[in-house]
Amino acid sequence: MDELLKLLLANACESRATIAQQLGIGVEEVERRIAEYEKRGVIRGYQAVLNEDQLDLDKVTAVIEVKVTPERGGGFNRIADRLSRFPEVRSAYLMSGTYDLLLFVEGHNLRDVASFVSAKLATIDGVLSTSTHFMLKTYKRLGVLMETNHEDERLTISP
Amino acid sequence: MKTSGSPSLRDRIAAPVRDIPRSGIRDFFDIVSTMQDVISLGIGEPDFDTPWHVRESTVFALERGTTHYTSNLGYLELRKALAGYVGKKYGVNYDAESEVLVTVGVSEALDLALRALINPGDEVLYHEPCYVSYRAVILFAHGVPLAIETRAADGFRLTRAMLEKKVTPRTKVLMLNFPNNPTGATMSRQDLEEIAAFARERDLLVITDEIYAELTYDGPHTSIVSLPGMRARTLFLHGFSKAWAMTGYRLGYACGPAEVIDAMMKIHQYTMLCASSFAQKAALEALARPDSDIETMVAEYRRRRNFLVSAFAGLGLECTRPAGAFYAFPNIGKFGLPAKEFALKLLEQERVAVVPGTAFGACGEGFVRCAYATRLEQIKEAMKRLGRFIGRLG
Repeated sequence: MDELLKLLLANACESRATIAQQLGIGVEEVERRIAEYEKRGVIRGYQAVLNEDQLDLDKVTAVIEVKVTPERGGGFNRIADRLSRFPEVRSAYLMSGTYDLLLFVEGHNLRDVASFVSAKLATIDGVLSTSTHFMLKTYKRLGVLMETNHEDERLTISP
Repeated sequence: MKTSGSPSLRDRIAAPVRDIPRSGIRDFFDIVSTMQDVISLGIGEPDFDTPWHVRESTVFALERGTTHYTSNLGYLELRKALAGYVGKKYGVNYDAESEVLVTVGVSEALDLALRALINPGDEVLYHEPCYVSYRAVILFAHGVPLAIETRAADGFRLTRAMLEKKVTPRTKVLMLNFPNNPTGATMSRQDLEEIAAFARERDLLVITDEIYAELTYDGPHTSIVSLPGMRARTLFLHGFSKAWAMTGYRLGYACGPAEVIDAMMKIHQYTMLCASSFAQKAALEALARPDSDIETMVAEYRRRRNFLVSAFAGLGLECTRPAGAFYAFPNIGKFGLPAKEFALKLLEQERVAVVPGTAFGACGEGFVRCAYATRLEQIKEAMKRLGRFIGRLG
């Protein structure tokens, strides 16, 4: 992967000047390449990685395994696309194994998610079955550990 | 304890030990450790934790009860893996049974090597600025240290001309350390070829400390041991501290001709017995997939190196572009302060710790060592503070 993308993945807020200094290239070059990635749709957005457990949010997340009937011609794409358009669905993946689609669904509470599953998801043509798991606690998200305060145990000066 | 008529205890300390000053780094550490909110660019070890799979394998080794002595030379399985690693990396093949010794860090390996090779009065050539222990371990081995000053103008590389000026008929050993602590200097194959030719002509033994071998940023490292005719006269010392971020494991090794390894093993067996057994198991795990761990760290160090060199340039500080290890050695001579005073003032006024160049030899005067084994945000903040500081110095 391009080193520029690695740096953005680690910290998308890093100033263009610092990125340029780390890569040994000019600021204009950094801006040009980022613009190019955005235009090509490689970079699709920038988000903060939150430790939501600290925020006491009125929110639950469910991971839902969905079995569907693939369509002739379109395979899983049309139904996956259709499911992905629900705002409650935060992430959607096609999986190998005992089910087909894995959805990360957010709602205000258990009932909210349950009603999404029974009223919307399960009623869609082609959806054969669903299995819903609620997330209880986040330890690591997007490669970031949620535990804070990693003390530097090294001596402050060493040879 | 002192009684009249008898010498003080200090006078009864063995002369080679009594006469050697404590490491300058130690004094500086004592000052820094009394202060709060210091950003330290003075740390000579990786800020990365040991790769998780290595730590996990250590725990497994402990669970399994791998807590006993090992063979003096180290686990044969590990020695085989080490011989394989060195063979693959440098094309130099060692017999795991007789030519590899597992040690407690490169520090022990260096001490063993010198004690195994030096008769009292034998001279040892080494280049400064260098790792803080070199001069001391030569003296502890009753050798005569011959320091060669390397210069910023040469990129802190060692040249044949410098060696020729210092060598005498009593010179027995040449010690090398590239990539270098504290300058970050590296030697190209071509640079090393003239050193190797000199060693062959003068029949010198070479001890090469390659602890930073994996950490190069502008091309792969060449080891002098891989040059023609050098295997038979070279001791290759390496370890897991830097590239694998395993400093606290204290695990190193020496590869060399069987006669020398056997001599080193004799000292090791009587003084150390063996390196830690579970650390040896961890090292095996580290070698099982070295590249992915190291690549990630090297990429990060390279970016920080680039940032730091660019930041120094922005501050008008001259700095040889370091191509290896994780140190930069900028020239602070133009401010007219001795390196130690510069470092102390920077610490007091801006709470940034750097190590005075003089800790690495007298010719380090006018320089400070800045380690970039620290998170980029810290380095950025340190550069801001350094900028403020030298702005006031004018």
